[in-house]
Amino acid sequence: MKRVLILGASSAIAEHTARLFAQRGDRLLLVARNTQRLKTISDDLRVRGALDCDYRVADLSDTSTHDTLLNEASTQLGGLDIVLIAYGTLGEQKACEQDFNAALKELQTNCLSVLSLLTLLANQMEQQGSGTLAVISSVAGDRGRQSNYVYGTAKGAISIFLQGLRNRLSKSRVQVLTIKPGFVDSPMTRDFDKGLLWVKPAVIAQGIYRAIDKQKDVVYLPFFWRYIMFIIKLIPEKIFKRLSL
Amino acid sequence: MTRALSWGRYPDVEQRLYPVNWQDDAWPAITQTSLLAHGQGRSYGDVAVNDGGVLLLTEGMNRFIDFDREQGIVRCEAGISFAEILNLIVPHGWFLPVTPGTKFVSLGGAVANDVHGKNHHQAGTFGCFVTQLGLRRSDEGLQICSETQNPELFKATIGGLGLTGLIVWVEFRLKKISSTYIEQECEKFSNLQQFLALSETAAEDWEYTVAWIDCQAKSGRLGRGIFYRGNHAQHAGKHREPGDYARTRLSMPMDLPGFVLNRLSISLFNQLYYHRPLARRGRVHFDPFFYPLDKIAHWNRMYGARGFFQYQCVIPTAQALDAMTDILQIIAQSGQGSFLSVLKLFGDMPSPGMLSFPRAGVTLALDFANRGNKTQSLLAQLDAVTLAAGGAVYPAKDACMSASHFQHYYPQWTDFTHYIDPAFSSSFWRRVTQTGTAA
Repeated sequence: MKRVLILGASSAIAEHTARLFAQRGDRLLLVARNTQRLKTISDDLRVRGALDCDYRVADLSDTSTHDTLLNEASTQLGGLDIVLIAYGTLGEQKACEQDFNAALKELQTNCLSVLSLLTLLANQMEQQGSGTLAVISSVAGDRGRQSNYVYGTAKGAISIFLQGLRNRLSKSRVQVLTIKPGFVDSPMTRDFDKGLLWVKPAVIAQGIYRAIDKQKDVVYLPFFWRYIMFIIKLIPEKIFKRLSL
Repeated sequence: MTRALSWGRYPDVEQRLYPVNWQDDAWPAITQTSLLAHGQGRSYGDVAVNDGGVLLLTEGMNRFIDFDREQGIVRCEAGISFAEILNLIVPHGWFLPVTPGTKFVSLGGAVANDVHGKNHHQAGTFGCFVTQLGLRRSDEGLQICSETQNPELFKATIGGLGLTGLIVWVEFRLKKISSTYIEQECEKFSNLQQFLALSETAAEDWEYTVAWIDCQAKSGRLGRGIFYRGNHAQHAGKHREPGDYARTRLSMPMDLPGFVLNRLSISLFNQLYYHRPLARRGRVHFDPFFYPLDKIAHWNRMYGARGFFQYQCVIPTAQALDAMTDILQIIAQSGQGSFLSVLKLFGDMPSPGMLSFPRAGVTLALDFANRGNKTQSLLAQLDAVTLAAGGAVYPAKDACMSASHFQHYYPQWTDFTHYIDPAFSSSFWRRVTQTGTAA
């Protein structure tokens, strides 16, 4: 039995990952903004076998609440074994280009607030000398592209922050997992035309569950994105800047 | 994803796909067009197709709400599949009260088509076990329906082909089992009389009965087949997880070219299948017993890109022998063989559903590769026999019965129209109601 805290628990990827934790009988605490959804998900997770599943309503982009929230969560679960950070928004790139306040809001949600949580969680796990910090970044953070570079900036910053954190926490035996999903057919991407590369959230969830189990550092999901991004990163900037990506 | 096909992969039409992941998710605004739920896409024809309209994809609405492990009652969101429900309930000693031949159907689809299984003669349809359901309507919002609450809407929704609104959750009773195994017996029969005799003898002592029939056999061999009967085994020792068998799934990676399935190959298959060595009795896991085809993912691709038709009819027992003989002769003469022809004797347990298909009699299910007009005219010939014998055709498997045939099979359809959600429609419904009442 692990004590699992899920931040952004109503996202499709988080929900499917939580089902896998529930099936093996973990104790879960969910955090998201919408009470009704949290209740629906925690009912489901309890039926699926969670030893216990409770929830808290919070807007995680507000960093002023983080300290209290994490302390209470840790007390309620009796400690933290796994923390999954899964919230995020796919903001409108065009709006961010016109108005920096829109970009700032995206960065606050997708990056700064995550770094705030990680700062607090890292200290706690470093002290206890165990635990898993699993954070959903994105392949979009591997290289900036005109279609979504604000989102990419946020995710890229998270990836680098996690890299440093992993380096710092390796001697404390804390797993820091950077999760880089490719295209996921979820409510966040409802309006996209879906092609061959798109996968269901349940597939990503399986990958996250296995990566945590195997103590991985960085995982591309599905695996083939590692190769796609390898090639994308190889393209010289001189050429890359002229591509419409 | 830009296409949503039914299992028969015909018809393939333009429709807007809109995922509904939460019970209270907003639906797209519509003016000229209509909405329709689409779950796992396992109905064969056009009951879950909405040409030019919107399909509400319910796949993501797949949560458990409650599971009473003592009483055996489960409540789930409607997009969940039977496979997922089995994964949860079987280790606790419970089973689906009624199951169709695939576990990849959605719960909402099972209710909307009021599905039946090999135990129809004892248990009735799936709808018989539904205790209550949540129906979200465009005009009246969420309606809880049961035998006592909104009973008319409840009856209209069971077997209501998804037209009465969006089924968002369903609660139903489970069946207690003490083993995941089935005690099975097989017996060959050489004609339809023997099939009927075997069915009637087995009806009381055997919970599950079904027969495979060689629909290409002619004259003296007409109506030959293999009869299967089974009961849940008692205390077989340890419970095995239902996933045990799913792991070894094969897959049809692509469409088979149309010429692979021809008169000769199908005939050969049927010959070999009939003459294969049979263990007369044995103990089998429930998965291969109920869901043999689930082992091959995308088996529908076997019929190529043009898809295929299913034809399932029921004929009242008194007329069954004559009508089934006619049907088998027509098929054998047409040369359009069916691989998987299934015969079963339904019981007389009434379905709660207003438009439900199952009724006392003999039911025959066939599939035919889509060869265009040739196949459609064969199906029209079969319809003529079914109609003359006072039978009916199963909407969940149909893609071409005429409006007049449907209206004869289901004279209650005009009453049913009062319960249709004004924003909902389907390709099937427009097809079978377009020409008004049959003459």
